[in-house]
Amino acid sequence: MSAKRSQNDGGASSRGSHRAGEPTRVVGKPLRKVDATDKVTGKTLFADDLVRPRMLYCKLLRSHLPHATIKNIDLGPALAMEGVVAGLTGAEMPIQFGILPVSQDEHALALDKARFIGDPIAAICAEDEETAEAAIHAIKVELEPLPTITGIEDGIKIDEPRIHDYGTRGNVHKVVNLQFGDVEAGFAEADHVRDDVIFFEGNTHLPMEQHASLAEWSADRKLTLWSSTQTPHYVHRALAKVLEMPAARVRVIACPNGGGFGGKSDPFNHEIVVAKFAMMTGRPVKVTLTREEVFYCHRGRHPVLMRIKTGVKKDGAITGMHFQSALDGGAYGSYGVASTFYTGALQTVTYKIPRYHFQGIRLFTNKAPCGPKRGHGTPQPRHALEVQLDKIAEDLKMDPAEIRLKHLTPPDSVTANYLKIGSMGLGECIRKVVAGSDWKNKHRKLPYGRGVGIACSSYLSGAGLPIYWNHMPHSGVQLKLDRSGGVAVFCGSTDIGQGSDSVLAYVVAEVLGIDPFDIRVVTADTDLTPVDLGSYSSRVTLMTGNAALQAAERARELVAKAVAEKLEAKVNDIVFADGRVFRASNPDEGYSFAKAVQYAEAKFGTIGTVGSYTPPRSPGRFKGAGVGPSPAYSYSAAVVELDVDPDTGAPQVHKIWIGHDIGKSINPLLVEGQVEGSVYMGLGEAIMEEMVYRENRNMVHKIPSMLEYKSPTTFEMCDVETYLIEDPDPNGPFGAKEAGQGPLLPIMPAVANAVYDAVGVRIDEIPVTAEKIRRAMRDKERGREGRFGPTKFPDVDWGDPLVVPPPWEGGDGKPLEEEALKK
Amino acid sequence: MLRLPNFHYHVPATVAEAVALKAEHGPHASYVAGGTDLYPNMKRRQQEPHHVIQISQLRELHEVRDEGGHVRVGAGLTLTAVHQHERIARDYHALAEAAESVATPLLRNMGTLGGNLCLDTRCNYYDQSYEWRKGINFCMKKDGDICWVAKSSPKCLAVSSTDTAPVAVALGAAIEVTSAKGETRRIPAGDFFRNDGIDYMKKEHDELVTSIHLPAPNGWRSSYMKLRRRGSFDFPVLGVAVFVKFANAKGAAAKDAPVEEARVVLGAVFSEPTIVHGAADALVGRPLTKESIEDAAEAAFKIAKPMDNTDYLLSYRKEMVMPFTKRALLKVM
Ligand SMILES: Cc1cc2nc3c(=O)[nH]c(=O)nc-3n(C[C@H](O)[C@H](O)[C@H](O)COP(=O)(O)OP(=O)(O)OC[C@H]3O[C@@H](n4cnc5c(N)ncnc54)[C@H](O)[C@@H]3O)c2cc1C
Ligand code: SF4
Repeated sequence: MSAKRSQNDGGASSRGSHRAGEPTRVVGKPLRKVDATDKVTGKTLFADDLVRPRMLYCKLLRSHLPHATIKNIDLGPALAMEGVVAGLTGAEMPIQFGILPVSQDEHALALDKARFIGDPIAAICAEDEETAEAAIHAIKVELEPLPTITGIEDGIKIDEPRIHDYGTRGNVHKVVNLQFGDVEAGFAEADHVRDDVIFFEGNTHLPMEQHASLAEWSADRKLTLWSSTQTPHYVHRALAKVLEMPAARVRVIACPNGGGFGGKSDPFNHEIVVAKFAMMTGRPVKVTLTREEVFYCHRGRHPVLMRIKTGVKKDGAITGMHFQSALDGGAYGSYGVASTFYTGALQTVTYKIPRYHFQGIRLFTNKAPCGPKRGHGTPQPRHALEVQLDKIAEDLKMDPAEIRLKHLTPPDSVTANYLKIGSMGLGECIRKVVAGSDWKNKHRKLPYGRGVGIACSSYLSGAGLPIYWNHMPHSGVQLKLDRSGGVAVFCGSTDIGQGSDSVLAYVVAEVLGIDPFDIRVVTADTDLTPVDLGSYSSRVTLMTGNAALQAAERARELVAKAVAEKLEAKVNDIVFADGRVFRASNPDEGYSFAKAVQYAEAKFGTIGTVGSYTPPRSPGRFKGAGVGPSPAYSYSAAVVELDVDPDTGAPQVHKIWIGHDIGKSINPLLVEGQVEGSVYMGLGEAIMEEMVYRENRNMVHKIPSMLEYKSPTTFEMCDVETYLIEDPDPNGPFGAKEAGQGPLLPIMPAVANAVYDAVGVRIDEIPVTAEKIRRAMRDKERGREGRFGPTKFPDVDWGDPLVVPPPWEGGDGKPLEEEALKK
Repeated sequence: MLRLPNFHYHVPATVAEAVALKAEHGPHASYVAGGTDLYPNMKRRQQEPHHVIQISQLRELHEVRDEGGHVRVGAGLTLTAVHQHERIARDYHALAEAAESVATPLLRNMGTLGGNLCLDTRCNYYDQSYEWRKGINFCMKKDGDICWVAKSSPKCLAVSSTDTAPVAVALGAAIEVTSAKGETRRIPAGDFFRNDGIDYMKKEHDELVTSIHLPAPNGWRSSYMKLRRRGSFDFPVLGVAVFVKFANAKGAAAKDAPVEEARVVLGAVFSEPTIVHGAADALVGRPLTKESIEDAAEAAFKIAKPMDNTDYLLSYRKEMVMPFTKRALLKVM
């Protein structure tokens, strides 16, 4: 491509920030990932691939009882075995940790109590893995069983024994009660009110790579941990805390993750244990979890029981919504407080809800802890809302696509619960999938056994607030320009397969007019890279993208100044493209990028710039307003077409059409990959995946294996047609929003709605399995209601709500004081 | 990761050597062919043989031979070789279907016909790691003394989960075994299994399965249907194999000819593949019609007793016996 062409395209201006809509040369192109060749040739080193000289192997002994007091642990027989080097119990690491400051409730190894089957209680390191394995069986443990809390009902009803000695009360971890406007008045105004109870069973991330970590202790007393983590920064903090080390002496390197999906976002026991072992033995220590242990680490989708009551006008306009959720949290806090808020946060961002009341409760139970899985806390309520909307549309004799289109939350608005909406492309998403799927000719028109369903969703492009309270940026990028023309980007972000390393390279390459594959990307190393909070909440493209953009623009400014001086040109006449820096008005006048950097270095000294990103402040000023705000919301709509075998009830999804409002694709190929991956994961949740336990047998996880935890393979995957809607958001780099989580959300409700269209039964429980469909069909054949699902929501003491008037009722984002409430 | 325990590994050169090794080490030894069942079980410590005797290299086990009309298929053939074999695919369609429905292509490239017939019975209280089983305080099949599926049951109710065995029984095949004494005998497939989750085969422990003898194809038809959540690689949680022979089974007339001989065999709902005698009664002597099929399916439904130890609710597995039996019979209509 000639320089001339780039000038005619507008090129890159060295004035100000990149403006949405300007032509680009890297951004928006379907390039390969920067790490693609390493991945497909097997060169990528995952945590378990790492080997260090004199390395030891660690194994954890996990509780075989779901709830027990630890009476005694005798490591003696294990330590006496040949090849065993060291052993640990909880007493050696008594300081608690946890991802959220409000739930520091984990011990590296359980101190006095085991809280679920799989809770680590002791550890061994040995010369080889077989010996370590044999040794953990030699450990003598005395556990005294305690009664177990098996689920939501138990958690609400049974106060003693408490699984934890903190939380709201008994086994209630957290209660949230937020009221935005008078919902009862909304119901009174309504022409129709629907009240549904829906259950969403828990499920897990199932990344291909099992968690692994390797710790090394240097002669000068510095600790290095390589780990398969999505959040090296938070692991860094936890290690320093529990090991009582200055953070400056701890280095955490996140290896490329073989899939994360939220399952590697907490600091984990095994990470702390190998670090401690390395410090004790002076030798590198590695641990690789088994698949079963990954099920015990979990932090996946909470099982959530929901009650959703919605009032609507004849035309489907919502007059008020009351949403209740009860979350089965498992044995630890993890991200649970945030998850609880998230089950009530994003209902308002898709369709106008003038009055909204949310009540949520999270229970501690004796199961693997739940936490953030792709969509974190929002897929369950989204499912309930979208299924209910399908029923409302039917009640009102409206087309379910139309009812949605009619009442969209407007762009550039603030919702009842004070979420600031920027760009909003849901309408276009709906129109695309409706047209693509031939919806109008299919819905309620296909032969018995075949059906279509529609559903929508929205997700954050990064959480507005960090996990621990602070005023620092959420993402930082350093850029180094070498006089040879080499550019290195340093950033704390972690590539978990989503392509964040590539995004850094694309953004910098775009701004500096160079080839992204020439850029060296150094990420996720707490010694070398500035902090990025981690790969969660779909924050990385937006936040690191903005930080990289700022760093790159600052570097461009320096280089442009130097080149302008040499060419005796104006700075804003300088263009960067095709590895050259030249005059826009005369492209032949200019230098190679390397030469340009040399002039800059001569003028300014060593060229390094930084960029950082902090999200804008959100308008909510009440306790709980921190969960839900985001710089930008992505939107998705999906149509599912499926068959239900009338004899067996087996659902077979044929095709999914999905529209995703991405703002702007930094790389459309990667966005499509994320969208299709989300569809695939959503399909698994919709029709088969479930984390289930045997209540009758000690609360064991029923099926902790890849074979029996049913998840779709490529064979079970359907065709997907993806439409990317590009309406650049002012807050995103080049207008980009998220793609990694949002597109998963509409799949489950669209499947449930399609099953209804196919065979006329409502399955108000995820997963929608053949068994449940058949049951409901049989009930219907026998004249009963053709429905499978829960019928009632338990009684909960919610306490008094925090009342915040919505903006249109004169609210300013602050809760009403007590006096105002009395009036 | 899960690692194998230590064991002695033997590679005998002949069948005689193999059976001698097995006799020598008794209950502490296991044959291994493809290892796709044995090795995962060893990793989970469900089986802990100190001696493992490799048999897949034995030439004799790899032959497919026509013996005067009927066909003798070596036990060492991989499942891929079985379902791709021209003769088998043509004359023993149900067997090819069953073999092709086992696991995944990779596992079928390793797993053998013999290993599939001798496959350990399955139960989701048992197909778990040692640590997991410690959590339920073990069960009678390994390391414990109670059956968690039915606490009062005197015997283990683990499920026969082999896809080819119900077909072998339906076809009236015979399984040939060789013992350490050098004796070779043929056991009718219908007599080979026992409805006991622990002691699920009637052959002696040292007896090596060398081949399976398939009856001459003379007009009968067969089919196999399998219930599982994922068509890509799940074990059966219900299998239905059918064999139907029509009187005067020639050409188009076969359609209306009365059924002369029939077998409907259920897999994966007991500890052995189980013949539904009532189904044969319903079919024999009448042409194969919707009505006779309905009656046969009803008979199968009546006897099926799935337990709560596999994927899917047991009530659903039972309910599915009807449509699956019907579909298997419709396929041979
Ligand atoms: C993920 C997965 C999915 C699977 N899905 C299915 C499925 O859908 N259907 C199904 O039927 N199976 C399934 N299997 C089980 C297994 O792969 C097959 O049954 C396979 O055919 C076993 O053959 P093999 O040669 O690998 O057996 P091995 O593991 O070698 O042996 C199995 C048992 O048989 C004994 N044995 C083997 N050969 C002989 C012989 N010639 N004489 C006497 N004893 C012998 C062994 O001692 C051992 O006890 C699955 C396995 C896995 C891991
Ligand atoms: S059926 Fe009973 S004894 Fe047999 S494996 Fe299962 S739980 Fe154990």
